Amino acid sequence: MINRRDALARVALLMGGAVIGADYFLTGCSSDKDKAQTKNGDSASNFKALDTKQQAYLDEVGDTILPATKTPGAKAARVGSFMAVMVRDSYKPADQETFTKGLGQLEEASQKLNGKGFMESTPAQRTALLTALDTEQKNYTKTKTPEQPNHYFRMMKELTLLGYFTSEVGATQALRYLPVPGKYVGDYPYKKGDRAWATT
Amino acid sequence: MEKYTYDAIVIGSGISGGMAAKELTEKGLKTIMLERGRNIEHIKDYVNANKAPWEYEHRGGKTQQMLADYPVLGRDYTLNETNLDFWVNEKDSPYVEVKPFDWFRGYHVGGRSLMWGRQSYRLSDYDFEANAKDGIAVDWPIRYKDLAPWYSHAEKFAGISGNRDGLPQLPDGDYMPAMEMNIVEKDVAARIKKHYKDRHMVIGRTANITKPHNNRVNCQYRNKCWLGCPFGAYFSTQSATLPAAVATGNLTLRPFSIVTRILYDKDTKRAKGVEILDAETNKTYEYYAKIIFLNASALNSAWVLMNSATDVWPGGLGSSSGELGHNVMDHHFRAGAHGEMPGYEDKYVYGRRANGIYVPRFRNLFGDKRDYIRGFGYQGSAGREGWSREIPEMSIGGEFKDALSEPGNWTMGLTGFGETLPYHDNHIFLDKTKKDKWGLPVLAMDVSIRDNEQKMRIDMMQDAKEMLEIAGLQNVKTYNNGYNPGGGIHEMGTARMGRDPKTSVLNQYNQVWDAPNVYVTDGAAMTSAACQNPSLTYMALTARAVDHAVSELKKQNV
Repeated sequence: MINRRDALARVALLMGGAVIGADYFLTGCSSDKDKAQTKNGDSASNFKALDTKQQAYLDEVGDTILPATKTPGAKAARVGSFMAVMVRDSYKPADQETFTKGLGQLEEASQKLNGKGFMESTPAQRTALLTALDTEQKNYTKTKTPEQPNHYFRMMKELTLLGYFTSEVGATQALRYLPVPGKYVGDYPYKKGDRAWATT
Repeated sequence: MEKYTYDAIVIGSGISGGMAAKELTEKGLKTIMLERGRNIEHIKDYVNANKAPWEYEHRGGKTQQMLADYPVLGRDYTLNETNLDFWVNEKDSPYVEVKPFDWFRGYHVGGRSLMWGRQSYRLSDYDFEANAKDGIAVDWPIRYKDLAPWYSHAEKFAGISGNRDGLPQLPDGDYMPAMEMNIVEKDVAARIKKHYKDRHMVIGRTANITKPHNNRVNCQYRNKCWLGCPFGAYFSTQSATLPAAVATGNLTLRPFSIVTRILYDKDTKRAKGVEILDAETNKTYEYYAKIIFLNASALNSAWVLMNSATDVWPGGLGSSSGELGHNVMDHHFRAGAHGEMPGYEDKYVYGRRANGIYVPRFRNLFGDKRDYIRGFGYQGSAGREGWSREIPEMSIGGEFKDALSEPGNWTMGLTGFGETLPYHDNHIFLDKTKKDKWGLPVLAMDVSIRDNEQKMRIDMMQDAKEMLEIAGLQNVKTYNNGYNPGGGIHEMGTARMGRDPKTSVLNQYNQVWDAPNVYVTDGAAMTSAACQNPSLTYMALTARAVDHAVSELKKQNV
């Protein structure tokens, strides 16, 4: 069926690991991690959808992860509202809780490192903070057991990448989008700097 | 009770049902095709076919609600936001898993012909002779020469693109121009050919047309087939068999028609028609015909038979051998290897090829002997990594973003599709304690793979690793992601063909031994599974059986 040859042969991963949430890409069969989260996720109904202020905050977080360069950044792709949708609809309750708490933790970390809130920080301060958080999440994810919660910054980074590169801005400006290629060329020239094709 | 009479009834509208309807109507028979689900009209009802990825709220992924609503579909990539409408409503149509069984169904006009993988291979005499040589199950009642002309017939109509590779285990057919391998696949194929005598990597043979054919537009390389193709570029009931059948003026298509049983006449020892339940109104109707083609998909065709003629045979029509519902087969998969190909930084591809490469079976052939019988084929492809790859030395920021906006390394993977053996005790049965939305008993599945398949899976991993390494890939890793029967979506064997009514359900022309005017020509008929994707074989069996049925009808033998 469909593209099993691709889906199965090249196991789809994001940032070197399985995507958090509803097995967004194919990642093989459901893992013990999923089971653990289902078990712990009975507090389901406490989740409150992210409000516009939080979405604006996440736009800035996203724009620090993927800033405007020669192509627009994540804020232009409105990754904040995308994150709100995905956390609401695709995350398990335990991950929803981790993510929501993570907004507060990010703010605390900002105070600690830069002496001010994330929104008040300069671009350089924001970058320093999120670089440190990325190191933290990488180290944490490397050693965490399946029962331990995911790292909130890993979630934010994943959703930023997913939201950006599948958005119209990301797919058509950062990447090249071909709705109807019309032909297949298996030996097509590439030179450094050429953008990748958007996938679907 | 309302009554209607036709020359022929076709139960099911998927790959084989559509083919039956086309062949029957083209031979002049007034035919009704009964489909349990809704109609999906070609192009008009492919509602997502022209959407961009950003037009989906979850960018094509899954939600927790979808996982709750589709617990079976959610076990694999099959659950997604882009073609959810093409999959069965699991709450309306449950089944029982005595052992874990993945059943991915499409209950609508076209069935799974809309979502199928389109890989189209012939079986060879290595396959047709296998049971007899190994002394297991029963012998196929046909050989390659019996089916070869019907393979051609089906290929020419369906439009299969591929190369004639000259391999005895994968007979060549009548193909449209092949799709192209990419530069890395070509080099890998050449290195495999150089190193191994009996292993070959060829371009997939796929039911995507590469030049215009019967008012259908050739493949546009969008690789969005499973949304329905607005160009009609892949074979489906909607793009191919249905318009051909409609053009004869002999076809009636009736959606929302759940066939509850085949009506058997004890005096004539023939079926006289079918009873249906209208899925919308819950009203019952009877349809009568001289010939019935049962093409409800392997497991549901067995269901129809089991639910029929219970006053004559308690196990259902065709159950006299004790084999109805037994010998369930599939292809076990999700094991293989993948790795990185160094170099080729100045190479890329253009377009999204709706096809991959294929490595035909090489195990237990040409003098090779393993600690298991039969073998497996590989499907796979090479490509450059995209934005979802990890760049370990990078963290966040503009440089990171620009790096992800460029393609990464070339990678290539191989996934084995392995033959499962027909085990009598791998069976399905009616669970009358559990009912579907319409109050009908549901199927229970008691199926597992065994030692032979488990041993094969080790080779599926190791052989892939060895071949990729010999072809120059690095960092090659094997994987075995586990497998539930049914997950290959190649269900087969529940009403097998054979030479003896005591040990098989169907004869050499797919006639039910117990009711010769009933033909079963979907996956249920398979006597062994081989390891090739099976749909083309169903098309060929169907066309052959229709030819037989119509000639028997003329001779007044059915």
